[in-house]
Amino acid sequence: MAKDDLSEILAKQKKWEKGRLKEYVTEFPERDILTEIPTKTIYTPIDIDHSDYVKDIGFPGEYPFTRGITPTMYRSKIWPMSDYSGFGTAKEAAERHKYLLEQGNTHMAVAADIPTQLGYDADDPLVEAEVGIMGTSISSLRDVEDLLGDIPLDKVTIRGSTSSLVLVLWAMYTVAAEKKGLPINKMSGVGKPDVMDEYLGRGTYIFPPEHSLRLSLDFVEYGLKNIPNLKYEINSYTIHEQGSTVVQDGAYSIATALFYLEEARKRGTISLDDFAARFSQHTAVHTHLFEEAAKSRAMRRLWAKLVKERYNPANPKALRCVIDPNTGGSVLTAQQADINIIRIALEILAAALGGCTVIAPCSYDEALTIPTKKAVTMSLRAQQIVAYESGVCDTVDPLAGSYYVEALTDQIEKEMLDFINKIESRGGMMEVIRSGWLKQEISRSAYVKQKALEDGRQVRVGLNKFRVEEDTTFELHKPNPQLLELRKKDLKKLREERDNTAVKLSLETLKKAAQGSENLMPFLQDAVRYYATIGEITKVLKDVFGVYKPKPITF
Amino acid sequence: MKHDIDRLVTAALSGVESSLSRLLTIVENDDKDVAEILKTISPNLGKAYCIGITGSPGTGKSTLIDKLVATIRSKGLTVGVICIDPSSPVTGGAVLGDRIRMEQHYSDDGVFIRSMASRGNYGGISKAVGASVALLDAFGKDVVIVETVGIGQEGIDITKLVHVTVFVMAPGGGDSVQFMKAGILEVSDIIVVNKADLGADGLVAEIEGIVAFGTTKSTQPVVQTQALNDVGIEELYGVLEKQRNDYLLGDTQKRSEFMAEHRKKKD
Amino acid sequence: MAIRILIAKPGLDGHDRGAIALAMGLRDQGMEVIYTGLRQTVENIVRTCIQEDVDVLGLSLLSGGHNHYFPKILNLLKENGMDRVLVIAGGIIPEEDGKNLKKMGIKEIFGPGTQISEISNFIRENVGGQGT
Repeated sequence: MAKDDLSEILAKQKKWEKGRLKEYVTEFPERDILTEIPTKTIYTPIDIDHSDYVKDIGFPGEYPFTRGITPTMYRSKIWPMSDYSGFGTAKEAAERHKYLLEQGNTHMAVAADIPTQLGYDADDPLVEAEVGIMGTSISSLRDVEDLLGDIPLDKVTIRGSTSSLVLVLWAMYTVAAEKKGLPINKMSGVGKPDVMDEYLGRGTYIFPPEHSLRLSLDFVEYGLKNIPNLKYEINSYTIHEQGSTVVQDGAYSIATALFYLEEARKRGTISLDDFAARFSQHTAVHTHLFEEAAKSRAMRRLWAKLVKERYNPANPKALRCVIDPNTGGSVLTAQQADINIIRIALEILAAALGGCTVIAPCSYDEALTIPTKKAVTMSLRAQQIVAYESGVCDTVDPLAGSYYVEALTDQIEKEMLDFINKIESRGGMMEVIRSGWLKQEISRSAYVKQKALEDGRQVRVGLNKFRVEEDTTFELHKPNPQLLELRKKDLKKLREERDNTAVKLSLETLKKAAQGSENLMPFLQDAVRYYATIGEITKVLKDVFGVYKPKPITF
Repeated sequence: MKHDIDRLVTAALSGVESSLSRLLTIVENDDKDVAEILKTISPNLGKAYCIGITGSPGTGKSTLIDKLVATIRSKGLTVGVICIDPSSPVTGGAVLGDRIRMEQHYSDDGVFIRSMASRGNYGGISKAVGASVALLDAFGKDVVIVETVGIGQEGIDITKLVHVTVFVMAPGGGDSVQFMKAGILEVSDIIVVNKADLGADGLVAEIEGIVAFGTTKSTQPVVQTQALNDVGIEELYGVLEKQRNDYLLGDTQKRSEFMAEHRKKKD
Repeated sequence: MAIRILIAKPGLDGHDRGAIALAMGLRDQGMEVIYTGLRQTVENIVRTCIQEDVDVLGLSLLSGGHNHYFPKILNLLKENGMDRVLVIAGGIIPEEDGKNLKKMGIKEIFGPGTQISEISNFIRENVGGQGT
């Protein structure tokens, strides 16, 4: 902007502040407004004067990708809609997935139950209280075959958040695909090799970090060689849901991806360009439309700058930050839960305003139970309404140029870089997790948020303001009471019917390979092909790798 | 009251953990019963070897104790551990988070772990700690370990309550100058440099320098450990055992000399 | 005389945000809080209650295993003469289950969105009021 214009605006702004504004706030003082990034009364061209349109904002589909990763974004293609579904047996879950696919989903996100994620079979007495409750019970290839059923694997993308055992699950997916006659290279999926969040807040860690890292890189390597349409998810969703700020969410996401790139570089067998091009940043999007949109824009710009600076890749796709969020469940309330669908709609809008690529929503009853069919359908409809009826898809990056949003984007980018530098100056991602520092930072943010809710500075409608006396008016998902017995029977039958000699042999071979440094995928595929169970496989790996003991946080 | 105390003491002596625990609570809360309890248990006192472990936060004390307890158990001895954390001077509350690092011992009958808050006592050590140590001694623990945060005064106070004080440091903590000033190195019996894999030589040299100028006749042993990696724990145990034997096996003359020196260090 | 409370997470649930925030909050309310981390067995939880002679046990569980773990814990506490401990629970527990658990001895169940001050007030009003 011309210097003269700016000084005129500045002069007029000062006049307005000392005059009209001051007069008005004497009678109507401003409320105590709580935001993560301090927010002013108004934003003007002065706030974005430092920014150069061509260099900093640019054009979508080109460096620095602030406005989006493709030139036309939703004008060409509405974002693919995903779910996150899982409960009970594989057959039950398959029905839900199929239903959603028929209703318009294109992604199938498999939620495995906690015993599966921790590598326990459904008939292990240690886990009997938790089988099939928080997700689908998957103990062997047979369950995966039931889960995938007759779903067309070349048309549907499989996602899921199990990371310590991502290699094992994908061994099952690929073998299941093979058995159905589908070439593996035609599969489409998002696997999560990122194990860091397991240690930080998901609580589903198994092996010590160095060994989990080896499994992660085995997975990356296999995917780069064999599955062109496989993306690698970095999960900062957990971090944000565990109470981190918007800045920490984005910073963690980028820092973790950079960490994996570095580890891949050390390993030497992985193409960094190709790897960098395949990340899928799984953030959590909450209801603040502007902070969330700015976060996504800032993430794209910061990723492009850092990757260019550090690796200068030949593959231009390596500089695009692909953001595939879930809407945040932690802001949903158990009180007046029906209204959560509005929060979810806002979160979907926030993600779309930020130019995200795939959006997976929560359901309105999520604070109470595993979502019912009605609830997941409503969430899908919310996506469809935002996409087709709100105007957000009519032009690319509609908020660009807003003084507020551009200022916010700049500020968030700066703070994210600060946080990343903090992590790196403290020894890097692995070290800040091991030392407990990162967990502590997140817990601190979480506590601040909790206090804000209790003080009432952060309003949560229905919870700390506008409460009503109420009964739960909707149906809750009821877990199948026979589930555990069913699973025990399934597994008994499986162990009787399979070729136990082959299983034993494949597990021995797996053990030897785990002690060495070969890529474990083919050995895992062999084991699952003979119906070795997740528990049996995990036990072998635990024997070789040991078990992780977390360092407790200091308060 | 006396009747209750007798009942609790009898039960605790026969191994009922909840009774021992109750006595510890009474002792922590109630000044007037402490004297009576100590009187009742006094015939049973004197067998336990009491170790104080102190040092700044972040030096890995709790992990060190976790490993030390494992070593002590492997020799067939029973252990009582008291972990002291600071109470907030503002709210009076505390998060007692040390026992979480000793999870492997939760199901071991031969290990009793108790967390205590400093409860605003100057020096971090309340009268209750001394009485608690006595209780664990009376109820058959071969070794009693007291863990506390020790910077300056807080660290020195513990030395009055135990037979031997171990001061834990770690490289990179910037501790050395502070401790020179506070004199804590001089009253410690053993110095441990934990996290030695981070580069202990510089710190060890500094310590040996300070110790050389000290006022005591003997020089404290410096043990390097890496608690997380199980390195140096056996060595530390060996040093602890030697100091205990020196104390017990020495003749009366030597013993009183030793105690006199010991007392001198603390005053 | 400070109130001593153990916050424990039985089972495999790995979400500790609520438990940690509660620990910090109760400390700020003047209580002495012991937090033993994730994946605690029933036996370890009860043994910790005994050794620490706690006044309150707060069980945090979001993964649906409450009908399995909580009764076991209550029974084991009783067997060890610890039924004077005030046992409360928090997490995602359906109303029906909650009613049954209260009959068994869980004094109160706090659902998602409960304020820390509500919990600390409840503790102060109810601690020391049961058992012998």
